[in-house]
Amino acid sequence: MTDTPSIEAAPIKRHVRWHIAVFLAPAFIVYSAIMVLPLIETLRLSFYNLVDGVPTFVGFGNYQVMFGDQRWAHDFWNALRNNLIFFAIHMCVQNPIGIALAALLSTPKLRFVAFYRTAIFLPTLLSFVIVGFIWKLILSPIWGVAPWLLSLVGAKSLFAPWLGQSGPALIAVSLISNWQYIGIPMMLIYAALLSIPEEVIEAAECDGITGWSQFWKIKLPLILPAIGIISILTFVGNFNAFDLVYTIQGALAGPDMSTDILGTFLYRTFFGFQLQLGDRSMGATIATVMFLIILAGVSFYLFAIQRRMRRYQF
Amino acid sequence: MIRVTKGMLLAATVLASAGMAHAADVQLTIESWRNDDLAIWKEKLIPAFEAKNPGIKLVFSPTAPTEYNASLNAKLDAGSAGDIITCRPFDASLELFNKKQIADLTSLSGMGNFSPVAKAAWSTDDGSKTFCVPMASVIHGFIYNKDAFEKLGISVPKTNDEFYAALYKIKKDGTYIPLAMGTKDLWEAATMGYQNIGPNYWKGEEGRAALISGKQKLTDPEWVKPYEELAKWKPYLGDGFEAQTYSDSQNLFTLGRAAIYPAGSWEISLFNTQAQFKMGAFPPPVPKAGDTGYISDHPDIGVGLNAKSAHQEEAKKFLTWVASPEFADIYANALPGFFSLNSTPVKMSDPLAQEFVSWRASFKPTVRSTYQILSRGKPNLENETWVESANVINGTDTPKVAAEKLQKGLDSWYKPAK
Repeated sequence: MTDTPSIEAAPIKRHVRWHIAVFLAPAFIVYSAIMVLPLIETLRLSFYNLVDGVPTFVGFGNYQVMFGDQRWAHDFWNALRNNLIFFAIHMCVQNPIGIALAALLSTPKLRFVAFYRTAIFLPTLLSFVIVGFIWKLILSPIWGVAPWLLSLVGAKSLFAPWLGQSGPALIAVSLISNWQYIGIPMMLIYAALLSIPEEVIEAAECDGITGWSQFWKIKLPLILPAIGIISILTFVGNFNAFDLVYTIQGALAGPDMSTDILGTFLYRTFFGFQLQLGDRSMGATIATVMFLIILAGVSFYLFAIQRRMRRYQF
Repeated sequence: MIRVTKGMLLAATVLASAGMAHAADVQLTIESWRNDDLAIWKEKLIPAFEAKNPGIKLVFSPTAPTEYNASLNAKLDAGSAGDIITCRPFDASLELFNKKQIADLTSLSGMGNFSPVAKAAWSTDDGSKTFCVPMASVIHGFIYNKDAFEKLGISVPKTNDEFYAALYKIKKDGTYIPLAMGTKDLWEAATMGYQNIGPNYWKGEEGRAALISGKQKLTDPEWVKPYEELAKWKPYLGDGFEAQTYSDSQNLFTLGRAAIYPAGSWEISLFNTQAQFKMGAFPPPVPKAGDTGYISDHPDIGVGLNAKSAHQEEAKKFLTWVASPEFADIYANALPGFFSLNSTPVKMSDPLAQEFVSWRASFKPTVRSTYQILSRGKPNLENETWVESANVINGTDTPKVAAEKLQKGLDSWYKPAK
């Protein structure tokens, strides 16, 4: 090694890399303005309330009312319980059926795959207003096709005005939501199944693993990460849900509050309803609690489940 | 729908031309949620006023009903609201008055044309100040299919016993659903049910005042009895009434499949255009023959003055005209079912509307029990009444339990002045 000319010894002058900041700025500004700031503002609002008509800092006062006052607590726990049932039905019905449909679609011998895929995914693209309206009509005891179809097979007696009965209403609304969104788990799982390399399947076949056991032993472990993503999407979606319940059952989420979920509870409280004037502070309190529930759920998933999940690289 | 769009186009052109052609005229903008009425304002009311008041131009600028309160509040806060404000009854407008956003109209000439009950919806709790001119009210009762009644040989029921006898007869015959009402939308049960027949039991204003002053409770027999009656309606409602919506009920009746429709008078114009049979109306049946009858004659629309309007004098001129019998006459006839609150009786050309309004002579009027003062807190008594009325008819709650729940909710925030 010879002595090199000392050009390199001079300290490299690093340019301030402005372009990074410039390129990040639009996303940062837009995201802050429409996501972060409103979120912080909501959190702040939940610590304020009107005292003699003046907004005053009340600390955890709103939360005390929410969980301490018998009426507020009753409404809140009722909404949370309904929301959990709503979520459970999605996890037990929508996602397993979605996975099954994806598994069927990915069988190589099936014909008209593109048609089925589109048909099943289509409701997801429809507006919730349309879905709510269609199903209200289908299930209508007066003009609906559901009672008529049941009467064709002589099972008219099985029909009941489900949407108006306090027991079945929540299940009916959840199933309508399942019908609408089943395309999402199906598509995600379908994509995951397609990305499984042929070699793995062939190797399995050489080892004599075919059919159902192939699905359980080879494919399912490989699509587990996708199932995890679906679960978390379902969780976030369900605890933010509002639109479908509102269009089908109205803001009072009848009958007898049996379909009231956190979203409708928040809407009624924040914006008011009929003669009830909006209460922004209590509304923000509910929104904050919803945020914390979702945050807790997502964190649990990230730290407790996703990190332990085994991933396979091909 | 086409009429509304047309009207909007018209309004837009008029707005544009008015700005240019009559720059010297004072222009008053009217805020309203009644976009259904655009054509009536455009074709009848505004020309009638402008003909008599040269130099004042009116622009009717409605918002969608569900957005009205929110958008009006925002506009008033920002100072961009119109000169004339259409007033919702009771607390929504009272709040605007307390914030000094709408002006005190107690001394407006023409206010004398209204009774205290009519003014109650737009007065302070003690009744000393009035801030909107009462415009129209809606009356509850029952609309029935005259053809069906004739065919089955039923006469119009006057008492409760006759009412149930009629229902029984209709049900037994089987051609018609006796009562077109559902509980899906909740408010039908409360508004067309509870508030419709209730005044006969709580004796109208007397009971309402006693409830506000704390002398009566919702658990008293006067207030539980209407629920007991509602519970008796259940067998006479259509199949699957639990999931029957408001528009289902309207359609069942106008298609001629149901015989009686527990109604509010606002249905009249719609029913007139849709029903192919003769219709009649009867007031809520009294418990026993000879009892004094009460009807819910509920103030629904008023008009007030934006306190920040630049044209106070002209606006007052307009409001005085709204308080006149002339306005009442045009308005009530253009909108059958929305009855003038003016003390001068208006002769209406629509027979069904005339039938409704004729009850004012022999029945004592009252307003909906939950609207004044009692729905200020949380839980909101009106909303709870919706839920419980539906519960009572569905059989989810007994009348007694429903009343207890309502009273408990009311007690949690309402302390009547002793």
